[in-house]
Amino acid sequence: MINSSLKQLGEMLQAKKISSVELTQTFLSRITEYNPSINAYIALDASKTFTQAKAADVLIANNQASPLTGIPFAQKDIFCAKGWKTTCGSKMLANFIAPYDAHVITQFDNVGAVNLGKTNMDEFAMGSSNETSYFGGVKNPWDFDRVPGGSSGGSAAAVAARLCAAATGTDTGGSIRQPASLCGFTGLKPTYGVVSRYGMIAFASSLDQAGPMAKSAEDCALMMNVMAGFDERDSTSLMRDKEDYTRYLIKSSESTPLAGLKIGLPKEFFAEGLDANVAKIVETAIAEYKKLGAEVVDISLPNTGLSIPVYYVLAPAEASSNLSRYDGVRYGHRTESYTDLMDMYCKSRAEGFGAEVKRRILIGTYVLSAGYYDAYYLKAQQIRRLIAQDFTEAFKKCDVIMGPAAPSTAFKAGEKVEDPVAMYLQDIYTISTNLAGLPGMSVPAGFLDSTGGKKLPVGLQIIGNYFDEARMLNVAHQYQLVTDWHIRMPNLDMPNSVKQEGLN
Amino acid sequence: MEWEVVIGLETHTQLKTNTKQFSGASTIYGAEPNTQACEVSIALPGVLPVLNAEAVKCAVKFGLSIDAEIAPRSVFSRKNYFYPDLPKGYQISQFELPVVGKGKITIQVPAVGKNLPYEKVINITRAHLEEDAGKSVHGAVEGMSGIDLNRTGTPLLEIVTEPDMRSADEAVAYAKKLHELVQWIGICDGNMQEGSFRCDVNVSVRPKGTDKLGTRREIKNLNSFKFIQQAIEFETRWQIERLEDGGKIQQATILFNSDIGETKAMRSKEEANDYRYFPDPDLLPLEITEAYKAKIRASLPELPEAMKARFERDFALSNDDASFLTSSKQIADYFNETVKYILLGGIGTLTSENIPSALAHAGQQVNEKIKIVANWIKGTLSAKLNSEDLTIDISPVTPTQLATLLKRVADNTISNNAAKQVLDALWLGEADVDAIIATKGLKQESDSGALGVIIDEVLAANPTMVEEFKAGKEKAFNALVGQAMKASKGKANPTQVNEVLKKKLTA
Repeated sequence: MINSSLKQLGEMLQAKKISSVELTQTFLSRITEYNPSINAYIALDASKTFTQAKAADVLIANNQASPLTGIPFAQKDIFCAKGWKTTCGSKMLANFIAPYDAHVITQFDNVGAVNLGKTNMDEFAMGSSNETSYFGGVKNPWDFDRVPGGSSGGSAAAVAARLCAAATGTDTGGSIRQPASLCGFTGLKPTYGVVSRYGMIAFASSLDQAGPMAKSAEDCALMMNVMAGFDERDSTSLMRDKEDYTRYLIKSSESTPLAGLKIGLPKEFFAEGLDANVAKIVETAIAEYKKLGAEVVDISLPNTGLSIPVYYVLAPAEASSNLSRYDGVRYGHRTESYTDLMDMYCKSRAEGFGAEVKRRILIGTYVLSAGYYDAYYLKAQQIRRLIAQDFTEAFKKCDVIMGPAAPSTAFKAGEKVEDPVAMYLQDIYTISTNLAGLPGMSVPAGFLDSTGGKKLPVGLQIIGNYFDEARMLNVAHQYQLVTDWHIRMPNLDMPNSVKQEGLN
Repeated sequence: MEWEVVIGLETHTQLKTNTKQFSGASTIYGAEPNTQACEVSIALPGVLPVLNAEAVKCAVKFGLSIDAEIAPRSVFSRKNYFYPDLPKGYQISQFELPVVGKGKITIQVPAVGKNLPYEKVINITRAHLEEDAGKSVHGAVEGMSGIDLNRTGTPLLEIVTEPDMRSADEAVAYAKKLHELVQWIGICDGNMQEGSFRCDVNVSVRPKGTDKLGTRREIKNLNSFKFIQQAIEFETRWQIERLEDGGKIQQATILFNSDIGETKAMRSKEEANDYRYFPDPDLLPLEITEAYKAKIRASLPELPEAMKARFERDFALSNDDASFLTSSKQIADYFNETVKYILLGGIGTLTSENIPSALAHAGQQVNEKIKIVANWIKGTLSAKLNSEDLTIDISPVTPTQLATLLKRVADNTISNNAAKQVLDALWLGEADVDAIIATKGLKQESDSGALGVIIDEVLAANPTMVEEFKAGKEKAFNALVGQAMKASKGKANPTQVNEVLKKKLTA
């Protein structure tokens, strides 16, 4: 049951083969067993969770259920959820109980879904390994010595370890897709503006986008049906007709269901910096696509190399301003003793923020300062437009773009902590889509053996044109109909250095 | 050396909207602290701004009323600084691309001492939308500062002039004109005590006849015309004295202490914040179409200048009368309402379109009636209002009552003096003009039949005076008029008495 798809779970619930309370209990039991070692969840509240499950069972009994009613989800701790501690992975908000619901939370509540708890994350979503969290790192369920990726590391581990039916995440530079690749599940970052950012704690407003993290493309499509949609409280939310993201997910009787599909392979995604074994897996996946009828064309995204420098000007600039509200005045961490206002600000922020957050606030403050604005911020905005143009040109030649989602498999905890630039390079294949506002996915495409003898997942990235999520989901779905990478589960009871200490 | 002061104003006009600039919280003044602080006002994690369409409408109204360029695309930026009453750590404002561009306002500078009154055009540099900060409350709790976020996010239009003013009088005339205009077009309640209209004044001095601007100091947050006048006068003297003593002016932000009437530096340029402006990624650029502009233009009321010109043209009012009647929206409204009752008997609406035709029908006589209305509002009514420190919009005598009263004057039912008695009664709460006239017996004897009888009696009783008049003594005629008035107990219309008497004596 823990490996069932959302569709299967929904059918079981509505056929009353299982109740939402029972399903919820199943996951909560697994959380009780495994979370102490994995650290995927940082807030749990069984009483709230069961209240929702019971309400869902009433909806089901009254035949008022929709596809996700009664299904337990994990919510990234970046979403404000009324009455829940909402920390964004920071000491700054360690005592903050949200008095209102984020749009995404409301959308799940409205269909009677169950909130299992809030998941761990890099502090204010700044990181690619979940190691910047104030609440400690998260173990990669495939190898507890390794990181799950980030920033949505808690949601990633929860999905991979089957500690939830599926989870939400947010992706500013790759925070859904890189962990999806490192933990072996399907994650989608939608087109910017498709999912409302209201109540989602801001990191870099022009790049942040929420999306589903689930086992399969089909699961992601069902979640998108709930998460997407116009919200007047977010001025960057797009006013579009409601769409059914499952509409193309058809099991074709033809042997080449993707005939006519043109896949673009950007040469810059297969250049230096990509692990050769990862490249092989991506190539094997593309060969599979050819069998499904797709055609492959070579393309170029010439400004790809500029995406990381541009991102590390723009994202910190926005973050430095977005994080100014954490000043110890109204909520959040306030230092214990201070001499005056300035002292209170300085100490509260010095104590409340971790090193990576401080680094980015400093970078952001610097690039916006008088005399540097034109050289950094303005220049970066100009290059951002060039990067978006690269994609516009590319999509004249192809329907979707494919490549790796991350340059390597999951790395060991602590390995890159001292080297921020190496950490930043984790997002080299994902960042440009955020800069362009395009949708991107990571889909499980195989495993590599680690030096420690573990199987480590590898993700295939699919990038689509604006609002092309439904087609991308089908492109992934057809692949998942002929492969089983996405339903493989890590063996959490396999003897493991960490697990032996933590769970046996 | 003779010095010249150069002044520019930045005015924060609080826009008359029900909700805040970027949230749905109420903007009503005077509520319990923090009861109008929604999740956006408090800047909770995750909240986002949504632009108030009504505030945009106000800005465009203002731009159109000063004949300014309205930017087809303007951008909201973040002005970053830390202060406890600024919950987000930044203020959303417009920086490089404001919604309203260059425009003009004509001011009337009143006569001062030997100087004659004059008009002057003040150039407006720009006007931009922004949000207000909250309020720090010191001393409410012993040893602590409180923060009231009710005002946080209240919509403001900051209106910036060129350094076009050359005296405190000009600056005050501009501030008054602007104050009147924003109320006239209905975008601001003009309440200066509540901070709805506050001026920052940039002052510099230079030797008269030179072109180069001196270093300016900015006096912050003046919320009365008197303070503007005093602060500029003090600051001008201070700067001149300093320069004459061989000192230099440092660019600075200064505060005016109204208790002692002095300005004092708050922070120098070196201490000024680097606000790190950048476009707010939470808000899209504001695009204003020609169609939207046309719609707003059509909704604008007739502006004071146009109304004044119309009063002079159509009502044949003097420049002085027309100026007075359009000096505030309240006075203009009162006058227009009164005229409406005079012209249309209170039926229908008097608009700038139908006034000319109503007048063309009515002709000369109507202009006389309107002149009477103007005189009464400017004279008797204003004097009474002033004596009780009331404004015309809360006048105890309504425009309908005044119109009815003045109709009785115009049709000779009562004399001007009697009308003043009626006004006093109305002022004290009586409602019906005709009832007052009847009760007080103020009706003039205008019936020439009854008057004829009275005059016949007077002539019969005063044969000597009649003889003297016939012998050419003009004085005797006046004496007879006096006798007739006396006989009518003052109710006779003097003009008619004159006419009838003359007729009878020359018959």
